Amino acid sequence: MNYWNKQMECMETAERRKLQSERLRDVVRRVYDNVPAYRRKMDEKGISPDDISGIDDITKLPFTLKTDLRDNYPFGMFAKPVSELARIHASSGTTGKQTVVGYTSGDLDIWAECVARGLVSCGVTSESMIHVAYGYGLFTGGLGLHDGAEKLGCAVVPASSGNTARQVTLIEDFQPDAICCTPSYALFLAEELRKKGRTPDDISLKVGIFGAEPWSEAMRVDLEKNLGIKACDIYGLSEIMGPGVACECEYRNGMHIQEDHFIVEVIDPVTEKPVAPGESGELVFTTITKEGFPLIRYRTRDISRIIYEKCECGRTTARLVKPSGRSDDMLIIRGVNVFPSQVETALMDVGGTSPYYLIYVDRIDNHDVMEVQVEMNESFFSDKISDINTLESAIKARLASLLGLSVKVKLVEPGTLPRFEGKAKHVVDSRKI
Amino acid sequence: MFEINQISVFLSNKAGRIADICEILGSSNIDLVALSVADTESYGVLRIITDNNEKAASVLRANGFIISSTDVLAVEIPNEPGALAEVLKSFDNEGISIEYIYAFVGASGSSARIIIRVNDNEKGIAALRKTGAGIITREEIESK
Repeated sequence: MNYWNKQMECMETAERRKLQSERLRDVVRRVYDNVPAYRRKMDEKGISPDDISGIDDITKLPFTLKTDLRDNYPFGMFAKPVSELARIHASSGTTGKQTVVGYTSGDLDIWAECVARGLVSCGVTSESMIHVAYGYGLFTGGLGLHDGAEKLGCAVVPASSGNTARQVTLIEDFQPDAICCTPSYALFLAEELRKKGRTPDDISLKVGIFGAEPWSEAMRVDLEKNLGIKACDIYGLSEIMGPGVACECEYRNGMHIQEDHFIVEVIDPVTEKPVAPGESGELVFTTITKEGFPLIRYRTRDISRIIYEKCECGRTTARLVKPSGRSDDMLIIRGVNVFPSQVETALMDVGGTSPYYLIYVDRIDNHDVMEVQVEMNESFFSDKISDINTLESAIKARLASLLGLSVKVKLVEPGTLPRFEGKAKHVVDSRKI
Repeated sequence: MFEINQISVFLSNKAGRIADICEILGSSNIDLVALSVADTESYGVLRIITDNNEKAASVLRANGFIISSTDVLAVEIPNEPGALAEVLKSFDNEGISIEYIYAFVGASGSSARIIIRVNDNEKGIAALRKTGAGIITREEIESK
């Protein structure tokens, strides 16, 4: 088993908690002294940095919400003046302002370290060639993976996103060992490679590190089969740092959180109290080493749970189970919570369709209606309407049992639903409430 | 060969798709011999027989359509009342079930030509032979 930083990744839990406690005390002091928004919030709660003596005191601290970042746009939450920053990233705000994050050169170093650890845990080595098809630019995916892979010593192909025909040629001609992109784009690339007559055996890729959007286990099976790779999940939010906050290892049983840099909590999103260890809830992260833009108890809206047992790979870090969805992505249909990832799972379970789907939601006569459009797959297409109806009914039944909701299903021609080079968008919600 | 090859094309339920297909086939110089459309609320299946199905399949695929290939029976019967009933009755007698049925494009005066999709082609051919109906072969269609 290879580690990038064995000391930190395999550290005894008690020792790690001591380190986290020290770093937490330090970051709380830094934000209190340098970020008026934090000082105000802590003062309002009657908390001073002296009240935080260790990790167990973390629950005394106020939460940070995405709206706090928007209210302090662009640099109001930074703990360092812009003159001391080395880079600024921003995440696409679907509504309103973008979320802006700043890094000192020390922050960039830590970020690259976290990504390098993740890549090594997925089986990438300094000898590997890695094709990075995340967008380069304000989005953290491209440059984040790039810096980590470079730190590890890989030959990095900074393909960025877009121009799929060229991406395919690069993969065919350069023969990279590893690829990083969104899982939906990887499936799209697989489709294009297949169209050019490439089989999983003659595609050079051995490992894929996919993230930036939720994806299901069924999609993993598809990716592995279609590209002949081991597909690993990487987690991160630009607010926290970017990709690499957590990453799977070769056992792919949860993503190892880089706990010497981040403290994770799982809370009940309604009561805001911690859930019992191992239970599912909203992920809350505190960055304990970041200088430019530290975050205290940031509510991610991601729903998941944590595995605390030591992993077979030898790492002792807590593992994050693939988030089942983001509470932001969650749809409430006739009072039922629906995550797009559940729809994806249902489609993959039944088979017969391509991985491209779109969920349409509308409200007709005060009644929510949900329609799933999915592309028909040639191997399941038959001349008999009854066979296609059987497939449609099977999808409907699977969706009904997974979601607890009756949903309309519409099979459409392949290639007619939108493809995305970055994060896939799966929902069109036209409800006017 | 007594079985005729048929191509089915999956169609989203939106305007202009059948026209698109006809145009693609036309510009590749492929002649439609028979066609039918089965449609549901959300999608349709266009079934066609052409003078060159192999080419038709490849140009349609190249245009992004998904297709399925099936062997069906084609039969020529007198163009008179009750002729089809007789053929269908013979299938019924032999326990052969019919999935769907449609007519050729442009029947000639004295006879009508019909496509029949049954659950068992071999039995279907045997039944047709008994009735004396004229079975149209693949060669006849391709040499048209």
